[in-house]
Amino acid sequence: MLRVENLTKCYDAETALDHVSLSLDAGRILGLIGENGAGKSTFTKCLTGVVRPTSGTISIDPGVSIGWIPQEFNLVPDLTVTENIFLGREKSRFGLLDRAAMRREAERRFRKLNVEIDPDALVSELPPSGKQMVEFAKALDESHRLLLMDEPTTILNEEETRRLFAIMREFKAAGGSIIYISHKLAEVREICDEIAVLRDGVLVSVSPASELDPAEMARRMVGRELSHMFPEPPANPPGGPALEVEHLKSGRAVHDVSFTLRHGEILGVAGLAGAGRTEMAEAIMALRRVDGGTIRVDGRPVKFRRPSDAVAAGLSYLPEDRQGSGILPGFSIGENITLVSLARYCRGGLLCPASIREAAERYGHEFQIKPNRPGALLSELSGGNQQKVAMAKGLDTRPRIFIFDEPTRGVDIAARRDIYEFIRKCADDGVACLLISSDMEEILGMCRTVMVMREGRVAGFRSGEKLTQEELMYLAIGVDR
Amino acid sequence: MKGRINWKSVRDSGGVWIALVVFLVAAAISNENFRSPQNLVNITRQVSYSGIIALGMTFVIAAGGIDLAVGSLFALAGVVSLFAMNAAGGPESVQLVAGLGAALGVGVIGGALNGVLVGAARVQPFIVTLGTMSIFRSLALYFSNAGLVRTDNVLYQKCGMAEFGGIPLPTILLFVLTACLAVVLKLTRFGRHVCAVGSNERVAYYSAIRTGLVKFWTYVLVGGLAGLSAFLLGGRLNSVSSSGAGLSYELDAIAAVIIGGTAMTGGKATIPGTLAGVLLLGIVSNVLDMWGISVNLQGTVKGLVIIIAVLIQYKRKD
Repeated sequence: MLRVENLTKCYDAETALDHVSLSLDAGRILGLIGENGAGKSTFTKCLTGVVRPTSGTISIDPGVSIGWIPQEFNLVPDLTVTENIFLGREKSRFGLLDRAAMRREAERRFRKLNVEIDPDALVSELPPSGKQMVEFAKALDESHRLLLMDEPTTILNEEETRRLFAIMREFKAAGGSIIYISHKLAEVREICDEIAVLRDGVLVSVSPASELDPAEMARRMVGRELSHMFPEPPANPPGGPALEVEHLKSGRAVHDVSFTLRHGEILGVAGLAGAGRTEMAEAIMALRRVDGGTIRVDGRPVKFRRPSDAVAAGLSYLPEDRQGSGILPGFSIGENITLVSLARYCRGGLLCPASIREAAERYGHEFQIKPNRPGALLSELSGGNQQKVAMAKGLDTRPRIFIFDEPTRGVDIAARRDIYEFIRKCADDGVACLLISSDMEEILGMCRTVMVMREGRVAGFRSGEKLTQEELMYLAIGVDR
Repeated sequence: MKGRINWKSVRDSGGVWIALVVFLVAAAISNENFRSPQNLVNITRQVSYSGIIALGMTFVIAAGGIDLAVGSLFALAGVVSLFAMNAAGGPESVQLVAGLGAALGVGVIGGALNGVLVGAARVQPFIVTLGTMSIFRSLALYFSNAGLVRTDNVLYQKCGMAEFGGIPLPTILLFVLTACLAVVLKLTRFGRHVCAVGSNERVAYYSAIRTGLVKFWTYVLVGGLAGLSAFLLGGRLNSVSSSGAGLSYELDAIAAVIIGGTAMTGGKATIPGTLAGVLLLGIVSNVLDMWGISVNLQGTVKGLVIIIAVLIQYKRKD
């Protein structure tokens, strides 16, 4: 169905794909794994025609069209769900849009996906998981015989992932083929027939999924053995209270949140999508209106009028939405890292480019940002490296309280480990860390105490060595055992 | 250090510099009057009035905005400036200071009005400045009964015609302001914040940048420059026409910025590029004059230059 031969793509001096050859038969699911920057995104971009390969050939069987589910949403927020699904391939009768037929078809696809989404709702009103479902519905066009899925399960919960897999198997049984890109190695092993491993733009291996366990996949991805994923918990007991929040209220998302975060502590915040965790963090940072409650930093009550007040008080926030609110793709590494802390790099009112470059090089070395060139634009970097830059940016304000919101979303294993190490190091240095994450394993691996949120409220705190994912999940969905 | 930064700007806006050189050489070869030093100096003076505004416009566009009101604000500032000059008693030098103060004051206040509406009230800049464009022009017409405002202040005229080493004052100001504002854009927090806001306002907001305030100052800056420019042109003519002054300056300024390589969507900007765009437009209309092409056709040629320049830049990105 698909045959790729010697596919090569160079960006300026960097080679993103180096003579990659593979083929895919009808009715097969091929997993594509690799670290951030290994060339997975470039591969999909070449296949979909977004970028032009430097050399090599891509041949597709006649009549096969490719459905693409990109990593970042590709939806028009101000159009309805139905309009988005049929964008560019609208059905028409007598030259006019056949809205009824499109609506029916959209409903049919959602039924197939087993989700309840109003086809007339505006996409901007949907939660992220709803938007993801719209992307699936869009790709479910009958004419597509080949699907390209880039990290489709990142924001899905387990149940939604199950449903997606069921649909993928159905699609496969009907003779369709899928290229499935994911960092969730267990899922890749479960759903794929074969797994291709990319490393630094080179295709390392293509082997049957049954022959690879996650540890072996990880070894091939990084070319070395990975031992423990999570660092040891902080050695020192937590210090005095750094951030005390009482009865925080903000809009319709946060109703009543109270907690105390101590210096040197990593407090986990778990909950389902829409539980108000991000909104809580944004309210603390004065990024969104606070309607009630008190916040104390180091025992002193504070009222932040704007984000810069929060930064001045020693708070830092790593936003959940890296592309939309974390980094500027058109700015260089150095410009991104120093964007918040720019005042420190001024001499007599003028910026000092040399000190910015020096700082960027220092962080580049510490975080192993690739490429370690302060002038490299963020748009040239892979997701994991962009996230490292976003972290360096938050760290450069020298915070004493650091809120991490989904710090490893869409980040590969090696970069993920670096990020965990970094959070751990922050805590060792006495920084109070709040770790918001939907990845239960991550929360359990990093935190001794976990705050679970549900519908804008604190559902409860759990701590101890024997915490389980189930325990947290029950609390998050509000079911008594 | 300075040299390297300038070279980087030159690279960023490569197309316009090549076009500038090509036009310059072609015009110089084809017409001997063109290459006379006096003519070249004249071109720089002629473009300096809208050119000074274009420098400020670069900041507005870099922050993701647009200012359509600068031409009208130019007329209003000019009219009020001459009124202030005529109303002020005392020696001519005092009148001159009053006039300059009024021109800058009107420019800054007008810019601040745009800035508040865009930065604080969060209205679309296109709509805001479309409205204030109409308001400023109508006020200028009203105050002057739609006519010409004159002054017989001789010192003002001397100022307007002043030359240093054969270089007219407006030209000198254009180049000095280019150098200063290039530094402001590339080497100050304000400049960095302007580009950050234009690149992605949400990211800038999450980076603890006061986005509304940044936008506010860009409009104040371009307003103040429009006032200064009006004061300079008033001195040249010793009068300001409320209906004709600053007409289509907003388009000239925006065109120069875009030709110079600043992205219309914001985030990427170059002040030296804007200067090149300003000079390029000046050379084009000067050459057309010399070739005796009808004034009425010059707009067509200018428009083509703008479109071609931008086309070349978009092609370069691929």
